[in-house]
Amino acid sequence: MTQTEKIYDVIIIGGGVSGAATARELSRYKVNACVLEKEEDVCCGTSKANSGIVHSGVDAAHGSLMAKLNVLGSEMMEDLSKELDFAYRRNGSLIVCRGEEDLPVLQKLYENSMKNGVKELRILTQEEVRALEPNIADEVIAAVYAPTGGIVCPFELNIALAENANVNGVVFKFNTEVTDIRKEDDGYELYTNKGVYRTRYVVNAAGVYADKFHNMVSAKKIHITPRRGEYCLLDQAAGEHVNCTIFGCPGKFGKGILVTPTVHGNLLIGPTASDLEDKEAVSTTAEGLGEVIAKSGLNVKNLPYRQVITSFAGLRAHEDGHEFIIGEVEDAKGFIDCAGIESPGLTSAPAIGKMVADILKDKMGLEEKEDFIATRKGVLHPKDLTKEERKQLIKEHPAYGTIICRCEMISEGEIMDAIRRPIGAKSLDGVKRRTRAGMGRCQAGFCSPRTMEILARELGKEMSEITKSGEKSKIIVGTNKDSL
Amino acid sequence: MKSYDIVIVGGGPAGLAAAVSAKENGIDSILVLERDKELGGILNQCIHNGFGLHTFKEELTGPEYAGRFIEKTEALGIECMLHTMVMDISKDKVVTAMNSEEGLFEIQAKAIILAMGCRERPRGALNIPGYRPAGIFTAGTAQRLVNMEGYLPGREVVILGSGDIGLIMARRMTLEGAKVKVVAELMPYSGGLKRNIVQCLDDYGIPLKLSHTVVDIDGKDRLKGVTLAQVDDRGKPVGGTEEYIPCDTLLLSVGLIPENELSRGLDLEMECMTNGPVVNESLETSMEGVFACGNVLHVHDLVDFVSKEAAMAGKSAVRYIKGETINAKEHRIDLIPEEGVRYTVPKYIRPENMDDVLTVRFRVGAVVKNCFISTYFDDKCVMKRKRPIVAPGEMEEVKILKSKLAEYPDTKKITIKIEKE
Repeated sequence: MTQTEKIYDVIIIGGGVSGAATARELSRYKVNACVLEKEEDVCCGTSKANSGIVHSGVDAAHGSLMAKLNVLGSEMMEDLSKELDFAYRRNGSLIVCRGEEDLPVLQKLYENSMKNGVKELRILTQEEVRALEPNIADEVIAAVYAPTGGIVCPFELNIALAENANVNGVVFKFNTEVTDIRKEDDGYELYTNKGVYRTRYVVNAAGVYADKFHNMVSAKKIHITPRRGEYCLLDQAAGEHVNCTIFGCPGKFGKGILVTPTVHGNLLIGPTASDLEDKEAVSTTAEGLGEVIAKSGLNVKNLPYRQVITSFAGLRAHEDGHEFIIGEVEDAKGFIDCAGIESPGLTSAPAIGKMVADILKDKMGLEEKEDFIATRKGVLHPKDLTKEERKQLIKEHPAYGTIICRCEMISEGEIMDAIRRPIGAKSLDGVKRRTRAGMGRCQAGFCSPRTMEILARELGKEMSEITKSGEKSKIIVGTNKDSL
Repeated sequence: MKSYDIVIVGGGPAGLAAAVSAKENGIDSILVLERDKELGGILNQCIHNGFGLHTFKEELTGPEYAGRFIEKTEALGIECMLHTMVMDISKDKVVTAMNSEEGLFEIQAKAIILAMGCRERPRGALNIPGYRPAGIFTAGTAQRLVNMEGYLPGREVVILGSGDIGLIMARRMTLEGAKVKVVAELMPYSGGLKRNIVQCLDDYGIPLKLSHTVVDIDGKDRLKGVTLAQVDDRGKPVGGTEEYIPCDTLLLSVGLIPENELSRGLDLEMECMTNGPVVNESLETSMEGVFACGNVLHVHDLVDFVSKEAAMAGKSAVRYIKGETINAKEHRIDLIPEEGVRYTVPKYIRPENMDDVLTVRFRVGAVVKNCFISTYFDDKCVMKRKRPIVAPGEMEEVKILKSKLAEYPDTKKITIKIEKE
């Protein structure tokens, strides 16, 4: 551990999707910026465990910042997905209504979304819904259809933003946890487990911890509740069970349990919503998973639950006022909050990044770089190539001819690419989020020993040092008979 | 495009036995495609003994058993490609495969034998709640790390599931210096072979808790402990029976699933009880000239039976290529599993293509003591074999004689059932 002071113009706390989007937008300008992330990788908190939905903006309350950034983010997503090469698909959303009593709710949603500026919106009759979704539950009598609703790979979006920011000069410090923040005359001192960082500006994009950092510098306290959502992911064999993302009518705790295809062809069901105190409680529960199973079946019939391949939980950063808090803190000059980013936070991320970067640009009088690189190529997936292109690729790079993950058909070449690229993978989970190796139906049973070997070789480490996700999660503990 | 008479997908025990049999029955043009770095499949990590009692009348380790077939394959000059993944099989029997040396390539086959084996059910398939730390392995993954690479995946171990791999790993982890605290089994009986319970648990004093499951997983980074609870007769945890067991490792041995992605790509008719393709007496799938054998067809507990079954598939593929198969579609006798029998392999018989003796393999759904395995030709009981006990963990078989069937030429269906005394 070094105590040397590191000095930056801007420090962003948190490498989730908001922090990474901010970093990427900021990297357009001549500025010395750094992201501090307490985990070993970007996309390790709220950003990695959510529905992966690009919301059209149907239900965010009209007039709120949330609604504005939702619609804006949704509009920006397609171009961004092309610039930064991540998976995004406009599959459309349906908010369905199961009984006469819900019809007024549906009507209100429709009116709200029209005010929000959601385009191409329609109310569908029962027959129209059925035609679109043969597996819709028999009880569904009508729906709001938002063709602009979409799905995105949350890992790829987050990682793409971070990689692009890094290529454009933003420094990323991992395993670096901010423990205290002190206001100085010309900025802030950030105390971390890796020494002290000095900066003129702070962006607080700390997810469920954003209240902790805000409250270190401001007398006007905010409060963020970790609101847990549990999910089940089904095999790709079930991926075509629905076409659109299917929501129920929204209730007190949000949009309820949805059923959606993912961009990679799986089927995702969830989330639950339960408010907790523990900001690390990403465990699933029997009750939660039971609720996901029970409620997902309300709007969609014949769900093939036998094809569940994994379950997971994520924490929404729910701010008491249910609104994004973005802007300079009144009594803490130079400290920019990016707090309360819960759903539709992923959708809004491109707009959030731009908004925060614009605030900093104005305050700091930033100048644009001439050499900003706006595009990024993702991990090359030979699956997407033609046979001829694939043959050529293997000829040039034989590692693309060796399949490591048989469920997702991921080659050694892709895993090497994921490790070698900017902000490369350092662990099994890092490889998984970048390539999908280990994300399939066997859940890494076959490929994990081989992926570990590749990680060890590429990183110059011993097998015993390879982790699942971060230094405390070692996979093997010793060698045979070492204790005998 | 290269072409072969028979392309075999998988170089494990099933694929090799099929290859040897095909060659011995008179076909030379055979290619075995194996995705791993060596032949032998999962046997290479099964370093315990107990293999081959039926086939070789001696007790071999897994690698030794595989070795016998690898040597035979080599001696017969059968062509094998390693590190080669089959990506796709088309309906006109073009196999698309890939490796790092030859890239993506296609092979035209006259007959195809599917021998891809099976995979383990992961944690997610059970929906076990809790955190997702390091330290949770399927028993087979742990077996590979320990037996093939010499790495210890943990020191304090709980095993969920008493399938054979779980039992074998309980002993292996103990021998390598880990403490196996308990083996928990959801069902009121073990899913493994009786001999494995004695030799792997009882001999080492490892407790087996029947009707128990893991209801919570603790530890954010590395596993810290699991909560076990008793389950009722519907498999639901009983409140108040929870017990926290500190451990750094959870091994899962909770079932095997035939790896039939290629079969599904071919639109083969599938059997929902086995998760394998539907086959006839020749182990031919719903697509002519495509055969299946070994764990891809149905999960076996003894490799000896895999070898026998695969030899049958090899022989059938040769008959198909030589045009010796009599395709009398109208004369088909269905095999019906009833009363305690979960499925049968094969699922139907074309008597013209039967050998003198046809082995029908199946599993039962529950433990039954002092019973008969009865075979009916239509309503006529033609065979009754007494069994002191049958259990889901042990595959059963009946042999149907062609001569016997000839005595009942109008038979429409053959029913196999478990009957009490």
